Amino acid sequence: MSEYVLLRHRDVPHIDQLEVYRQHDGFEAFRKAVTTMQPADVTNEVKASGLRGRGGAGFPTGVKWSFLPDNLWPHYVVANADESEPGTFKDREIMESDPFQFLEGLMIASYAVQANAAYIYLRGEFWQIAAGLDRRIAELEQAGLLGENLFGTSYSLHVYTHLGAGAYICGEESALLESLEGKLGQPRLRPPFPAVNGLYGKPTVINNVETLTNLPPILHKGAAWYKTIGTEKSPGVKIFCLSGNVNNPGNYELPLGTTFRHLIYDLGGGIPDGKQIKAIMPAGASSFVIPADDKALDTPMDYESVPALGAQLGSASVIILDESVNMARVLSKTVHFFKHESCGKCTPCREGTYWMDHITQRIIGGKARPEDIDLLEAVAKQIQGKCLCPLGEFSISAVLSSVKPFRQDFEELLAHESVENAVTR
Amino acid sequence: MNQLLSQFSDEVRATLAKYPTDQKRSAVMPLLHLAQSRNGYITKQSLADIAEILNISVTDVTSIVGFYTLYHEEGGRYHIQVCTDLPCALRGADDFLAKLCENLGIKVGETTPDGLVTIEEVTCLAGCHRAPMFQLQGDGEITYHENQTIESALKLVDGLKQSAAAKEEKP
Repeated sequence: MSEYVLLRHRDVPHIDQLEVYRQHDGFEAFRKAVTTMQPADVTNEVKASGLRGRGGAGFPTGVKWSFLPDNLWPHYVVANADESEPGTFKDREIMESDPFQFLEGLMIASYAVQANAAYIYLRGEFWQIAAGLDRRIAELEQAGLLGENLFGTSYSLHVYTHLGAGAYICGEESALLESLEGKLGQPRLRPPFPAVNGLYGKPTVINNVETLTNLPPILHKGAAWYKTIGTEKSPGVKIFCLSGNVNNPGNYELPLGTTFRHLIYDLGGGIPDGKQIKAIMPAGASSFVIPADDKALDTPMDYESVPALGAQLGSASVIILDESVNMARVLSKTVHFFKHESCGKCTPCREGTYWMDHITQRIIGGKARPEDIDLLEAVAKQIQGKCLCPLGEFSISAVLSSVKPFRQDFEELLAHESVENAVTR
Repeated sequence: MNQLLSQFSDEVRATLAKYPTDQKRSAVMPLLHLAQSRNGYITKQSLADIAEILNISVTDVTSIVGFYTLYHEEGGRYHIQVCTDLPCALRGADDFLAKLCENLGIKVGETTPDGLVTIEEVTCLAGCHRAPMFQLQGDGEITYHENQTIESALKLVDGLKQSAAAKEEKP
């Protein structure tokens, strides 16, 4: 087990207090950036580290920053703290337990693109976390780490929190911007991308909380050090959220490229009640379902190896399903989620999730006809590739990847009238 | 008379200061949260107040209330919102919700006869590893309650009833 990077303060008492965080090199990386580095140097260092976006898309962070034009001002940085994917609870732990490390990362990103204002968009349910961040932002202003002319330079920065109000779609970056502007959280047509036309029509960087939290250690110890962790194409560490049918659910920080087996059995303590593992959903409800054979269990969790299994790593919210779980019931949950969260803008997503919800409810209610299984797949295929944002695609991943390998699960429900429990047999 | 502005003038000013002066509309969601903190739901008066403060139409404000699930136009003073998404369901959340409702003698979506508590089923709250779990929304706050049992949840409801009764007695 290598040393923790993002969660290295897990055992430090009171690390959420400014004084304690500063005793652990807190804000030294930010000071170094502002006082000794040109903004472009910071971007280049992050590019060299190979850090990729941890919100799900895995886009190289430094490259994303370099897209901002330098003839259009002001620039904005927005932290995406809308953590809403079923099975994901890592950003919450970062912001609750080590808030200054996250704030320092946000401040470093802001300096790199010369933004003088940064917003943290939190899901509305994170009301208490937002209140905690507001307190810390006020402390940073008191301590001269936020505000005007930082460290005697001409650089100024203000950070603000903004609460959403319960909409998964606002985790999609263009919908997030719409919501931050006080509108319905519906995705924008792209291009133009937010890097050119973002918040209030200005160049904007949107980064996930975990992505930003990587920045203080990267600047402090250097890109070369960061690249020694993880794999060549997926450098660094990732927080894996382990949930579902597993003995020790929770957040586990691991180098990218660690196998599923290590996470599930060595750290997660295996499957409860001596049951066998059936399938893995590595990216929450948006996941393709991976049948958990030996090949899958020995697959390294990184941005290249998981797609080779026909799935995505996404935000690394690893949901474990044991042998007692019926896949039709799993789909009834994921499809219902996406039906509820579809913003209604694109017809294939709005109507398609509605009909998939009807069909899966019919199947688990024992009222389906044999042809409903094929109908479910057919509706899913009509959503595929026809929506503005990824939500429509997410809604069909589990459907398209589970009907074939687990068809028996669907067929055995056709004859049953009663539903004992929503997920298990 | 703008009731929201007169009751929360400092909060309204601090909220507006977060956004560029020509982008006041950004404050619509924070102001709705503020308005809801008064009695657990958003009144017609609040919609008009916010529209006036931000210089947008009441329809625009109302559309925001309709789109986002944390805003309520009616219901009990407290909302117990149980997550039953897949990871929580794998840890017994459906069962938990059914039993909680049974014990309170109401159905999902209904409010207890005293108008105090509404039980709702919601999507993922980022507490998957500590299911069954729910959030309690009320008095302008949201608190998480994790690793729950029926006993702990009913105890919480009793506590809400007692503190509400105590507040009633005070003038």
